[in-house]
Amino acid sequence: MTEVTLSNIVKFYGKHQALHGINLDISDGEFVVLVGPSGCGKSTTLRMIAGLEDISGGEIAIGGRVVNDLPPRDRNISMVFQNYALYPHMTVRENLGFSLKIAKMDAAEIAKAADEAAGILGLEELMDRKPAELSGGQRQRVAMGRAIVRHPDVFLFDEPLSNLDAKLRTQMRVEIKKLHQKVGNTIIYVTHDQIEAMTLADRIVLMKDGHIVQVGTPLELFNTPVNTFVATFIGSPPMNLIDGVVSGSSTIQLADGLSVPVPASAQGQVHNGQRVKFGFRADNLMPYGHAVEEEGERADLELTVTLTEPLGTETVLFTDLAGTEVQGKMLNPRPVRPGEVLKFRLMLDKCHVFDAATSDAIRG
Amino acid sequence: MTRRRLPEWFLLLLPAIIVIAAVVLIPLIFSLYSSFTPYKLTRPSTLWKWVGTYNYEKILTDAKFWAAFGRTVLFLTIALNLEMLLGLGIALMVNKVTWGQRTLRTIIMFPMMFSPILVGFQFKFIFNDNIGLVNNALQSMGFNVALPWLVDGKLAMFSIAFAEIWMSTSVFAILILAGLFAIPRDPLEAAKVDGCTPFQSFRHITLPFLMPFIYIAMTIRSLDVARAYDIVQIMTGGGPARRTELLWTLMSRTGYVDARMGLANAMGYVSIILSVVFTIYFFRKLTAARAQIGMEG
Repeated sequence: MTEVTLSNIVKFYGKHQALHGINLDISDGEFVVLVGPSGCGKSTTLRMIAGLEDISGGEIAIGGRVVNDLPPRDRNISMVFQNYALYPHMTVRENLGFSLKIAKMDAAEIAKAADEAAGILGLEELMDRKPAELSGGQRQRVAMGRAIVRHPDVFLFDEPLSNLDAKLRTQMRVEIKKLHQKVGNTIIYVTHDQIEAMTLADRIVLMKDGHIVQVGTPLELFNTPVNTFVATFIGSPPMNLIDGVVSGSSTIQLADGLSVPVPASAQGQVHNGQRVKFGFRADNLMPYGHAVEEEGERADLELTVTLTEPLGTETVLFTDLAGTEVQGKMLNPRPVRPGEVLKFRLMLDKCHVFDAATSDAIRG
Repeated sequence: MTRRRLPEWFLLLLPAIIVIAAVVLIPLIFSLYSSFTPYKLTRPSTLWKWVGTYNYEKILTDAKFWAAFGRTVLFLTIALNLEMLLGLGIALMVNKVTWGQRTLRTIIMFPMMFSPILVGFQFKFIFNDNIGLVNNALQSMGFNVALPWLVDGKLAMFSIAFAEIWMSTSVFAILILAGLFAIPRDPLEAAKVDGCTPFQSFRHITLPFLMPFIYIAMTIRSLDVARAYDIVQIMTGGGPARRTELLWTLMSRTGYVDARMGLANAMGYVSIILSVVFTIYFFRKLTAARAQIGMEG
């Protein structure tokens, strides 16, 4: 059983504080993705778990054992690096077997383990090549093979797909998920790409400026973001946010004289005159005739389309609502010209309200 | 009458051809020719007397020449290996220094800034059996000895090698340090995670990366040391009784003291073989080491 526990982890680089007390419990076999914009401390956190960075404060435990002062070799972890970090002077076979050779396993066992890893990742044909003779995707697979060959307690992935082209990235994403289903180890995965986080994670840890902002399943983060940062970081296109002021107890006054009712989830949590941001996803702003048939309270809006982004199964429509550019979606799309006026419906009970001052979600 | 014009490419290359001919080609042909004559500087007419391979036959059977040849190879091997090991050690330590590393790098290079002649004089003083630093230090510590540092054959070779190593270890240190700077960080981190101890990381990752740099330094230094002359000349003059004679002190003695330039030139051509062999050897190693870490192409 390999849980990973981070208690109040702090990291200083000189005077600059990179991490401000990270607390996280990762259970055995869980696939956790650390995601956030660059500089948020996600890679630092991962490297501290790996033992490649000193821990300035707090405690990291792997499988119940505090590893703060253990070198990486005593932590039984393996890591896949962004730049693959293959040993350029060794063949694929030697790269795969290196850790076992260091562990003084005998040659026959090393060969067997290397072949097994190669089988899982489809590297059989490449075993005698050097990394320089491999494509990006192949190198990435070797790096993963090198990680799984040791049967570690925990896999650490540091932005492993960011050097691959879009198509290969999608493909490798699926392979990583399959790998996890096959081997079932604990995986901690760092990325800046919210799509990778959404598709891979059992649980997402969203970080910003050295703090954890929200931890939850992909759908929790998508459906109930704790603040505007989460709302705009997770999901594509990002959540639309419009400035407004609460008037009375159940109406939000937007610019241009528009008003919307306070969503059910926030009722009773707002007060008259409170400045808020009114948020909704593009999926909830759809033109009639091209929308999901669903029940619920709705507002009808006549809006002028300013820009379109056809994606095939849907088209993203840009329009102005209360002086703010917002995005809606059109299902079963037909060609739309900029300037065309469409009648949209906004699903009110799926909207969110955030406090304008603190950016935090207002939710009952 | 129309004059035939020289082709353009020839005209354009002419300045370079003239310079190379004057500086390299003519001296080379002249020295090669004179190695087949009994040319004595004191009797210029001997330049026109052809003796065929007489000089070469004489050298090949000359015990003194082969003694100097063997001593040069030995000196080269010992000095180069020690310089490499010391340079590697210094480079690894300096690489760990985080504060004041630039200054340290400059200081390391100080010995390279001295003329070998001066280094020779300095160590001649240090190893002097009467007034030298080493013997005085030994006596102050209570050893009642006066070691003949520059007189005893073995001790004199040691003293010369010591001076040579003092002067040139920094060449290795600097080149290896450059190699250390060029090593990518990722494979080293991967090795840590893969379970390597610091020594294993060095042995399996760092060293293969450094080998090309080590062989480049070896190539350069082997040519340098093979023509070692100044330090030896100053410290012992090849003596006493030729016990520290190296190829170049022997050659210069034959050519300028005995004035037998024809013979000296023949020695020069034989000893070139030494440099050529070492250069080929180290270049082969260099190419192999580069191929190993995927630097080829």
